[in-house]
Amino acid sequence: MTTEGSLSPEIVLAEMKKHGITHVVWLPDSETNWLYTLMKADPTITLVPVPREGLAFSCAAGLHIGGAKPVILIQNTGLMESGDSMRGWTMGMNIPVVLIVGYRGYTRHGVNKDTAATYTEPFLNAFHIQYYLVENSEDAPRISVAFEEAKKFQRPVCILVGDEYHGFNR
Amino acid sequence: MMKMEEILKVFAPHRGDAIVISGRANRHWDKISTNKNRDLSLGDPAMGGHASFALGLALARPKNKVVLFDSEGDLQMSLSSLSMVAEQAPKNFVHFVLDNECYATTGGQPVPNASKIAYDVIAKGCGYSSSYAYTNLESFQVNVKRIMEEPGPVFVAMKIVPEIENLPIGQRAPRLGKTKDQAVADLRKELGINN
Repeated sequence: MTTEGSLSPEIVLAEMKKHGITHVVWLPDSETNWLYTLMKADPTITLVPVPREGLAFSCAAGLHIGGAKPVILIQNTGLMESGDSMRGWTMGMNIPVVLIVGYRGYTRHGVNKDTAATYTEPFLNAFHIQYYLVENSEDAPRISVAFEEAKKFQRPVCILVGDEYHGFNR
Repeated sequence: MMKMEEILKVFAPHRGDAIVISGRANRHWDKISTNKNRDLSLGDPAMGGHASFALGLALARPKNKVVLFDSEGDLQMSLSSLSMVAEQAPKNFVHFVLDNECYATTGGQPVPNASKIAYDVIAKGCGYSSSYAYTNLESFQVNVKRIMEEPGPVFVAMKIVPEIENLPIGQRAPRLGKTKDQAVADLRKELGINN
């Protein structure tokens, strides 16, 4: 049985590093602050902050084409803001990038009061983006699945981090 | 005001082995470039993303100079990419903006506040190492060598004559040169990248 609030940022970072991540292109959100602290302390990872999420997709495309291995770390609100950039700069250019997306408003019982959550999965489905929900540390291997699929199909694959108010903020 | 083609001809001898992202200048650059395996013509994947794309490429290839020919319409769509570039401060990045004060590919409608914006001042204010603006070719010609030798990120705003297209997209001449997929494949092969 899954337990709420038990997603370890250390485990998430370890999954990312397992796949040779070089750059994290990101915009802060309430889900990922503790992960940010860990990444900042890691000398093998370069953080590339973006002022608006759409720019993360074009930046990640440049990084990948230049031989680096980026991951995009944003919130679902920013994902939806990024639609055309995601289409043109990653799907349109066959960029195998994993999107780690804070799932703002997500609740496990399926009823939410936040339209950010309401539209997140329909948005991903509209773009035919495969996605995996990660709620706790037991789900973390799904991150590796996402990396493998992104590589195999040369397109973005999304991880939805459904642990907004617990593990990553401690 | 300068002609885009003339700017590119002045730039070309100073290119060295830089990677050139030609943007909307590709219609001329494709005829001028002599190092096509290092040319990255991507068309218009999604407007406003060229500067952040070039930043990503420059960060991934710190030993290769990366030159971008951006447009002011693209830049206005994502002005905040300037602060993003400046924070990362890639020494190998030269960012040209070809400013025709309009959306030339949609019929020449003016960009917001077209003639009054000092893009070089904005770039400098965001933290670019150096920033220039040129309105005539002679001044650019005198300085281009130094611009290409300076540590980046360097920003260069160039006032150009609009080359306006009014035909519907379906009636326009096909784009010149390689497809974007071929351009990417050739560059990666040239640089020995296979991830």
